[in-house]
Amino acid sequence: MGNLTIGCYPGLVGSMTYDFALKLADAAATKGHKVSIWFSGNATGSVKANQKHLKDYSTGEKYLKALLEKGVEICTCEACTVARGVKKDEGIPGIQWNAMHWYLAKIYSADRVLLIGGE
Amino acid sequence: MSDIKLAFVVQRPQYKGETSRLAITHAIAYQTVEILLEDGQTVTPKLCFIGEGVLGLQKGQNAMDLYGITSTESHMKNALLVDLDVLVCKEDLAKYGIPEAAMPSAEEMGADKSIQIVPFTEIQKAVEEAKHVLFF
Repeated sequence: MGNLTIGCYPGLVGSMTYDFALKLADAAATKGHKVSIWFSGNATGSVKANQKHLKDYSTGEKYLKALLEKGVEICTCEACTVARGVKKDEGIPGIQWNAMHWYLAKIYSADRVLLIGGE
Repeated sequence: MSDIKLAFVVQRPQYKGETSRLAITHAIAYQTVEILLEDGQTVTPKLCFIGEGVLGLQKGQNAMDLYGITSTESHMKNALLVDLDVLVCKEDLAKYGIPEAAMPSAEEMGADKSIQIVPFTEIQKAVEEAKHVLFF
């Protein structure tokens, strides 16, 4: 099985790009691939816990928790996250907080890297 | 010893979105990645600017004075200071009428490297040599 690293940069709300990244990660993990996701830029706003899932808006929390349960490693850029006013103790449990070198370290051992760009 | 070569290809201007700016800071992070890797494992990015990505690289930026944030110019200088290879597409600079002399330098800060203004074929070569290509 392969090792996939996804860099995810788009915001949770505003396009379906973020949703696509999570669906892709889920599909890869379900097939047995090792998957890691790096959140940077506006995607980091999605790691805040207690999101209300309104039908008109995408949600991150429900799907992120499901991915964590499947063994997907998820890490958010700490600088990008705190810049958006999200504190570590407000984050979804299980999501790692680290610096950009986390992404590069995952890339090091990845068979494939996808960078899903944002705004 | 095992090195993974990466090509960070920036094709959008930094002033129009955050992601293209993040290309520079992510590339700079190669300097500290070793704390998460085994001995002898390294990551070597090349930062390549093409298309509209060459816009907004010029020296003389005042983002810190006007907006209180680090300018792209400053990020570029930091990239040079940590010995990153920074390639800017010669044809695209010419296409937008940007003189090569307008590219910033970090020489006064003690950087050994300079921005390399190269034909697209050189950037293509960097892409071909990389294990992973990241488009910003």
